Amino acid sequence: MKISGAQAFIKCLEEQGVEVIFGFPGGAVIDLYDELLKQDKITHVLVRHEQAAVHAADAYGRVRGEVGVALATSGPGATNTVTGIASAYCDSIPMVVFTGQVPTMLIGNDAFQEVDIVGITRPVTKHNYLVKKAEDLVPTIREAFHIARTGRPGPVLVDLPKDVISAMINFPEPQPIKMRTYRPTYEPHPGQIEKACKAILKAKKPVIYAGGGVIASNSSEELTELATKLGIPVTMTLMGLGGFPGTHDLSMGMLGMHGTYYANMAVAHCDLLIAVGARFDDRVTGRIDAFAPHAKIIHVDIDPSSISKNVGVDIPIVADCKHALTAMNSWLDRTEACDAAATVKKHEPWRNEIDAWKKKHPLGYVQDSDIIKPQFVVEKLHELTGGNAIITTEVGQNQMWAAQFYKFNKPRNFMTSGGLGVMGYGFPAAIGAQMAAPNRTVIDIAGDGSLQMNIQELATARQYKCPVKIAILNNNYLGMVRQWQELFYDKQYSATVLDVAPDFVLLAQAYGAVGLRARKPSEVEPVIKEALATDNTVIMDFVIAREEGVFPMVPAGKATTEMLLV
Amino acid sequence: MKHTISVLLQNKPGVLSRVTGLFSGRGFNIESLSVNQTLEADVSCLTLVTTGDDAIVEQITKQLHKLIDVIKVTDNSETDCVEREMILIRVKAEANTRAEVLRIIDIFRGKVVDVGPKTYMIEMTGNAHKLQAVVDLLRPIGIQEIVRTGTIAMIRAHKN
Repeated sequence: MKISGAQAFIKCLEEQGVEVIFGFPGGAVIDLYDELLKQDKITHVLVRHEQAAVHAADAYGRVRGEVGVALATSGPGATNTVTGIASAYCDSIPMVVFTGQVPTMLIGNDAFQEVDIVGITRPVTKHNYLVKKAEDLVPTIREAFHIARTGRPGPVLVDLPKDVISAMINFPEPQPIKMRTYRPTYEPHPGQIEKACKAILKAKKPVIYAGGGVIASNSSEELTELATKLGIPVTMTLMGLGGFPGTHDLSMGMLGMHGTYYANMAVAHCDLLIAVGARFDDRVTGRIDAFAPHAKIIHVDIDPSSISKNVGVDIPIVADCKHALTAMNSWLDRTEACDAAATVKKHEPWRNEIDAWKKKHPLGYVQDSDIIKPQFVVEKLHELTGGNAIITTEVGQNQMWAAQFYKFNKPRNFMTSGGLGVMGYGFPAAIGAQMAAPNRTVIDIAGDGSLQMNIQELATARQYKCPVKIAILNNNYLGMVRQWQELFYDKQYSATVLDVAPDFVLLAQAYGAVGLRARKPSEVEPVIKEALATDNTVIMDFVIAREEGVFPMVPAGKATTEMLLV
Repeated sequence: MKHTISVLLQNKPGVLSRVTGLFSGRGFNIESLSVNQTLEADVSCLTLVTTGDDAIVEQITKQLHKLIDVIKVTDNSETDCVEREMILIRVKAEANTRAEVLRIIDIFRGKVVDVGPKTYMIEMTGNAHKLQAVVDLLRPIGIQEIVRTGTIAMIRAHKN
């Protein structure tokens, strides 16, 4: 029996286990929306801007450990997805984005709402497709999901011309996907594992540097086992937060531009750097020749092109982090030369050295009795949620304060636009996270600038009864750029002062959400408590110290030991 | 250093722009490029010449591998291979220079493929150095136009 392309599309999503998709309709995808209405297995979340659909799908996928799905129409619908796709690409987030396209016979004609979205997104997708023949529709969708979720995950775009989704086709039986050219390496080379383990046993000052790959591969347990077995201190990238418990004695928190003093010092002085699922990004390394200058480097990554890209690596291991860490743990367990207890003891002087740095310059801020400090708000959020909330962030100071002061103990609790740094990510991401985990507390730690980039999603949050909480660290500035201007541009606050801003409390109310405001430190706790007790979308407007900065800070292009401190 | 890289690709729409987009997006050089079918109808061979130090060429190779449609990447600089380009040259050939032109192209095993009242069109194949030598020799006589292909390359058979 033949079915329409649109019906086949729905069947494909069901086959992939998709429960929620985020999208916005339009002329080219009406057929798909018609079919969506006729079924009840897949919930469609109607966003108010296609960019938000992609960010929401991003966070949904991250919370669930599945492939997020977004849907947009042709032309402007498609181009609006680009920022979200690029963000997911930078952060290696598994996602499939479907876009409508004009009928195949009109492609290339400059038709109404026609755009070459496959051409536009080529550099920001793991792979993309224009489905030109109806019989290719189902195999292409299956391949798209396969590519998105395997190997180094990433976004895949599938462009669907209108005549393809209205054509009548036979629905082919699922078959194992065999691709001639795409076979990611999951298993590590045993020889490399042995080399790495021997180097680890030999090291006197080892540091583990964990990135988003630990979260993507669900290997935080294996990582924690390795670190605790041998007493190795751990630092995490922004994307890696939660990959190792933030409150653990061995945790040094985040490294890099706004990393802790002790994490950066430890990396600068270590003799062995064990990089796991991280990519030596410039915000982590600072001046590249001064990064871990005394260290031998082990690098575990599923993407061979990440290895020795920015920093030369001594022991490369191309593998899935989970497989590699499991292999390392088991090598250490079965090797007689490895005396775990003795190794933990051997590293004690090194841990003491790090503790001394920690005592010298702990992560901190100067508390104030009259004005709310943003770090205090984040600390209170951590305290009052027991560290168990899902936190999303916008981009800028809010993001860094969240990363520094909310101690993530578990993976998949922190969603941020790490690589691309998209202002406007946090709120739609919070909606996606809440749809993925309806019973969890979800908080978007926001700035007043970033939030306004996707503030229209208040309507979406209300429509789908997402009780997400938005904590605005409101300084009436585009704070991070202002901080750079203060430090490096003679305090010339060019275009960073937000002279006109909405009253966020009234704005929340206008959407039927709840608005709360705190002006004094004493009001912070009551406001958070009230928000957490409210079964509705809540904006908490924290009026913070306007010119508070994010510290430590490594100025761009400097060595990570050249930190500006509080 | 110059590297000649051969890339076997699935012959799908847009695959060439995936490769060239990768080079422009990451700031790698392409000095010449040549694409054509192979024995398999759905596989193309793309040969490109690029310059860069070892680290850059390693990145180029890895990034090419990452493209889903790429089957195989070979850096021919690491192997013993035959490299060829083809050139068409329109050179002035008047009574006093014709003999000289013919002598030069004979030495380089080129041939005349079109004769005009005052010009010859010459076809010649060889590696980049040889073709450049011919161009340099003919230039004083008067080259009006040249068209040159990109390099293609094939690895030599193992001798044992």
